[in-house]
Amino acid sequence: MLSEQRRAELHNLLLQDCGSCHGMTLKGGLGPALTPDVLKDKPREFIEFTIMEGRSGTPMPPWKDILTRDEILWLVDTLYTGVRP
Amino acid sequence: MKMISNALYAVVLLVILAGCNSLRGTGDMGVVIERATGSVQIIETTQQTKLSQVDGLGDLSHASIVFSRDERFAYVFGRDGGLTKIDLLTAKIDKRIIQSGNSIGGAISQDGRLVAVSNYTPGGVKVFDADTLKLVADIPATYGKQKQQSKVVGLVDAPGQKFVFSLYDAGEIWIADFSQADEPEITRFRDIGKQPYDGLITPDGRFYIAGLFGEDGLALLDLWHLEKGVKGILRDYGRGSKKMPVYKMPHLEGWAMTEDYAFLPAVGRNEVLIVDRRNWKQVATLPVHGQPVFVMARPDGRQVWVNFAYPRNDTVQVIDTEQLQIVKTLKPGKAVLHMEFTPRGEHVWISARDAGKVTVYDTGSFKVITTLPMKKPSGIFFTSRAHRIGL
Repeated sequence: MLSEQRRAELHNLLLQDCGSCHGMTLKGGLGPALTPDVLKDKPREFIEFTIMEGRSGTPMPPWKDILTRDEILWLVDTLYTGVRP
Repeated sequence: MKMISNALYAVVLLVILAGCNSLRGTGDMGVVIERATGSVQIIETTQQTKLSQVDGLGDLSHASIVFSRDERFAYVFGRDGGLTKIDLLTAKIDKRIIQSGNSIGGAISQDGRLVAVSNYTPGGVKVFDADTLKLVADIPATYGKQKQQSKVVGLVDAPGQKFVFSLYDAGEIWIADFSQADEPEITRFRDIGKQPYDGLITPDGRFYIAGLFGEDGLALLDLWHLEKGVKGILRDYGRGSKKMPVYKMPHLEGWAMTEDYAFLPAVGRNEVLIVDRRNWKQVATLPVHGQPVFVMARPDGRQVWVNFAYPRNDTVQVIDTEQLQIVKTLKPGKAVLHMEFTPRGEHVWISARDAGKVTVYDTGSFKVITTLPMKKPSGIFFTSRAHRIGL
């Protein structure tokens, strides 16, 4: 279980740092949109794997050395339900 | 009667004086983006203060600004395709349009008449009348047999009423020439390298350089000799060392250059590349604190300041361009995003997003002059950019 403080940090990371490529509203930028309507047809495992390992041939980096699996799963959950600013 | 006229005179005089007092130039003014709240702070660099706030600018992640040639108006390019013209003197929005679904930056033409925006969705460049923000030209960045539209990056102005930009998905550089008509003449350069992520133009307006993400090296175009085409430079700068994951793309805005050398960020490496300006060959790599994002020269060229990508982004390092070594390491706060020098370089303003502040440093003593609290500050833009090619 992640602490409230850690969740706040991850929320900031999602909006600000993921947002630098995916847009602060996650509607896309250099990277694709990550809004719930876009994600709903994609398997969660695929999104989890992409965050863990990155995607070769694109600027998406692997986050597994920076974030724990629990943290990545929290990010995936948050993306599928929609991120509030 | 005389008393009345004296009183009237005094009132009139007061009004005139008050009017005089509010007159000011804009040459020491600037704008700081508050990316999370869709607002900007108008600031001045003489007393280092915030003057006023302007709200309602939309999604300002990765927002940037150019200035009108009279330095009165700021054009703010928002992520959500918003293009907003702000009057710095009244601190009000003069005009605002949503010109695309997703945009990344902009430029203003040599004569100040045209403002161009580079867009991700739909991929291309749109050009507007700087006065009215009416559409002048639409340039879809189409490529390939399927006529896909590429994301456009690295848009700059160039002498001769031109805009130069790079196509991220297509690996091309295009020139749009508006010198003859509002219907631009387009020159395309294909196969310039994989995934150009940003571009810059030298201060003299002669060389356009696109940084490549998909491979090592950069693409160089001599605008004085288009017949020579695009040339690859620094093709093997990373040879022998392993490329690390990139958590934030480097930015090539501005141009860190001294008489002999140019300083560029290496992609995926904790290095600044030092290049001989005469032949564009690499002369050295300088190990630095993290992966460089901005590599910017103080206006006199004596120092180069560097900030870094996540997660090593609480630090700024200063390189002495004569000794080619780091002379100072500063910690302005969490998530340093941007740096801007005052026009003659005595101060530098540095934004720290997660620390919620902009810090002004003396570039000689490295002492903090002042700290200004702001909400998630990112880009800092001073009006002196109005008179510099490529900014």
